Amino acid sequence: MTAQTTDLALELRGIDKRFGAVHANKSIDLRVPKGTIHGIVGENGAGKSTLMSIIYGFYEADQGEILIDGKPIQIKDSKSAIAAGIGMVHQHFMLIQNFTAVENVILGAEDGAVINESIGRATKELKHLEKEYGLNVPLHQPVEELAVGYQQRIEILKALYRNAKILILDEPTGVLTPQESEHLFKVLKTLKDQGTTVILITHKLREIMAVTDNVSVMRRGEMVAHVKTSETSREDLAELMVGRKVLLRVEKGESNPQDVKLSVDHVSLTDDAGVQRLKDISFQVRAGEIVGIAGVSGNGQSELIEALAGIRNINEGEINLNGQKVTAKHNLSPEQVRHAGVGHIPEDRHRMGLINSFSAYEAFVLGYHRKPEYSGAFLVKRDHIIKDCQAKMERWDVRPPDPFLRTANFSGGNQQKLVIAREIEQGPDVLLIGQPTRGVDIGAIESIHKRILEMRDAGKAILLVSVELDEIRSLADRILVMFDGIIVGEVPADKADEKTLGLMMANIVPEEIKALQAEGHA
Amino acid sequence: MSQERIPVWITVVVIPITNVLLAAIAAGFIFWFLNINPLDALRAMVYGAFGSSYGWGYTLYYMTTYIFTGLAVAVAFKCGMFNIGGEGQAYIGALGVGLVCLWLGGKVPFLVLLPISIMAAAVFGALWALIPAWLQAYRGSHIVITTIMFNFIAASLMNYVLINHLKPEGRMSVESAQFHPDAWIPKVHDVLGAMGIQMGYSPLNLSIVFALLVAFAVWVFLWRTRWGYEIRAVGSNPSAAKYGGIHLPKVIILTMLVAGALAGFLALNVVQGEAHQIKLNLVNQMGFTGIAVALMGRNHPFGIVLAALLFGFLTQGGSELQFEYSVDARIVVVLQGLVILFSGALQYMMKHPIEKAYLRLHHRFGRKPGTDKTAEA
Repeated sequence: MTAQTTDLALELRGIDKRFGAVHANKSIDLRVPKGTIHGIVGENGAGKSTLMSIIYGFYEADQGEILIDGKPIQIKDSKSAIAAGIGMVHQHFMLIQNFTAVENVILGAEDGAVINESIGRATKELKHLEKEYGLNVPLHQPVEELAVGYQQRIEILKALYRNAKILILDEPTGVLTPQESEHLFKVLKTLKDQGTTVILITHKLREIMAVTDNVSVMRRGEMVAHVKTSETSREDLAELMVGRKVLLRVEKGESNPQDVKLSVDHVSLTDDAGVQRLKDISFQVRAGEIVGIAGVSGNGQSELIEALAGIRNINEGEINLNGQKVTAKHNLSPEQVRHAGVGHIPEDRHRMGLINSFSAYEAFVLGYHRKPEYSGAFLVKRDHIIKDCQAKMERWDVRPPDPFLRTANFSGGNQQKLVIAREIEQGPDVLLIGQPTRGVDIGAIESIHKRILEMRDAGKAILLVSVELDEIRSLADRILVMFDGIIVGEVPADKADEKTLGLMMANIVPEEIKALQAEGHA
Repeated sequence: MSQERIPVWITVVVIPITNVLLAAIAAGFIFWFLNINPLDALRAMVYGAFGSSYGWGYTLYYMTTYIFTGLAVAVAFKCGMFNIGGEGQAYIGALGVGLVCLWLGGKVPFLVLLPISIMAAAVFGALWALIPAWLQAYRGSHIVITTIMFNFIAASLMNYVLINHLKPEGRMSVESAQFHPDAWIPKVHDVLGAMGIQMGYSPLNLSIVFALLVAFAVWVFLWRTRWGYEIRAVGSNPSAAKYGGIHLPKVIILTMLVAGALAGFLALNVVQGEAHQIKLNLVNQMGFTGIAVALMGRNHPFGIVLAALLFGFLTQGGSELQFEYSVDARIVVVLQGLVILFSGALQYMMKHPIEKAYLRLHHRFGRKPGTDKTAEA
């Protein structure tokens, strides 16, 4: 880029940050021209979040300079960042759930002791902002009653209300439907036209290509490239992020479905808080096929997979797990589910799949630790477990292949491989897979996808839950879409374009699909 | 990953020692404020705790107690629970030991009685932990609250039992009758004396051998058995444990039973080994000190043995200090408090500077990246 310093909204020079032994940012340079949308991509742990936290004043850099509008400034805390015209929309919203939109927006920016005046002023100002940018939000309703799309708009309004000239969005589309994402991008483009500078952090390369003007790529704490979006491609960016060529889509042959291995029959589930999470769900999975479940996260997919895995109990209906019957009265424990030949790769490996303080070999027997193979009458068969773990790590190319390393010290992709290897190596007939590549490096996604397809071709019945549409579309043979605890409909993989799935994720079934389903039932 | 490794010896040796030294320096200021030369005070403490076989005896006697109460906290902690009830569990354990010794003392040989009294200490201590454990496991009542309350209940119960049932007719002080000498756990000075080694009188008894064996057994239990595996899994990540088919309530109850049994063992040292009778308030806060011992020992049996030695030194050295300079008896508590402050509450204060300093030295004097073995491979 050849822009003059004065044309830059934000410039970073030699930003360096260490956390104890971790070198999170290594002499980062970044130049963001005014009135552009600038993408920052990188794998997990590449240092994107640290860099943004430095710009927003959560951390102070050890070295380096930050320039806003060409003038060096000190950002000591988020207050000085806001004063410098920087606004941030976090991945996890920072909203008070029982406050209204207006109350959330003025929080920390109230002027005067009497709140009503501030609310009145803010309401006027927000109405104006709404009109200008198409950011309409119900202003006087508690946030908890609003959809996530609205909550995100409130976050953006919060920043704009504080006169943000530079808006940073961290993984903004993680919780949105494709249509909501489209709307967000429209808003971002309007903001850009009005002169706001937008910095977009994401791992979704498709979005980068769709909306940004320039892209910077980070890898292992370093800025490895700055490119114009128009002069690059998804494949090039992926290669820059990983440092080698990657296949974004795996080759998939025809499926060959056999007997039904998993059937779910009119199942309903109410959680401990009394919220009904699953409403009359029915479907089947056959050996040798992958059934994908698409949907915006939080629409019952997690509860479904946990119910199948024995972690939650159902209230109504019947499940048949590889020949084992489960009803509300007769629940199976997770151990019994495993015994029935069902493997479960949980959607959140940190919360469920692994125990961070355990060594790899200990995490490798979680769920199977009572098998006579691993545990004697009193002592665990430690030598055998270690040897077994070592062999499987080599087979699955887990790096480093060190059974004694704590699971927390593996990269995301290798942690996920640990979990997948553990479950698959036990030889289950049915595999329940949740978010197999969440937080996994692009390079590892490829190999995980290949393994899942191999399992299908080996005759396993696979249920795959993912919020990544690309993933569902490239792996699943049939796709079920969930919305608010129901299955909206089923789409064969070849009919599943992004628009159709997007509409169904918002509970709208296109005519074409309806016709297809009617045909199927007839 | 751009993560550079900090070697284990920094974390488990250098940092704890630095923290204890800082506590010592802070204690020095207190002595200076009391017009006592800090170095003289230190000398008095070290001499008092280690300068004679008498001093050693007391230090190791306290250490024995702290090993039991420290382990009782650590085992529960490994399961993610904070067992504040060591005090009560030990007190009830003492009831068990006392009843066995009063009942069987003089009637059966010591070697028959000992396994029974060990069992009694374990069972009584464990049962006292069972109700809080059950409430936590099945009703979600917080173990901190329930174990604290059970300390009070234990104290009241023991008042009642001692006054109404165990106090011999006509005695003024609230205590049980003396056990028959056949029931006493032999003193170390007697055993050594029989072997021809002279040692001054001290309450140190053979319970210390049992304490060290128990510490090792706890290590095996936690890190080498299926139950220990499940306990640590529940303690580090309950959702993952549940996913792994572990029945959480069962593990919680098992853990607390073990913790209560460990606390109950205190009675072997204090009651069967030294007092030879059940006395009022015999645990005397040592159950609570176990929390500090576990904290200092990083909830690892080996660390707990070392931390128990440190606290034994503070207890014994502190009481010598009190004789020598007639300072308030609570100086011991102040010293223990400083150690807890620096190695517990402020444990991360020195972590960053020390790790940074290590990395700087390592970069300057360590192997260059090019000559690193992993780089060649």
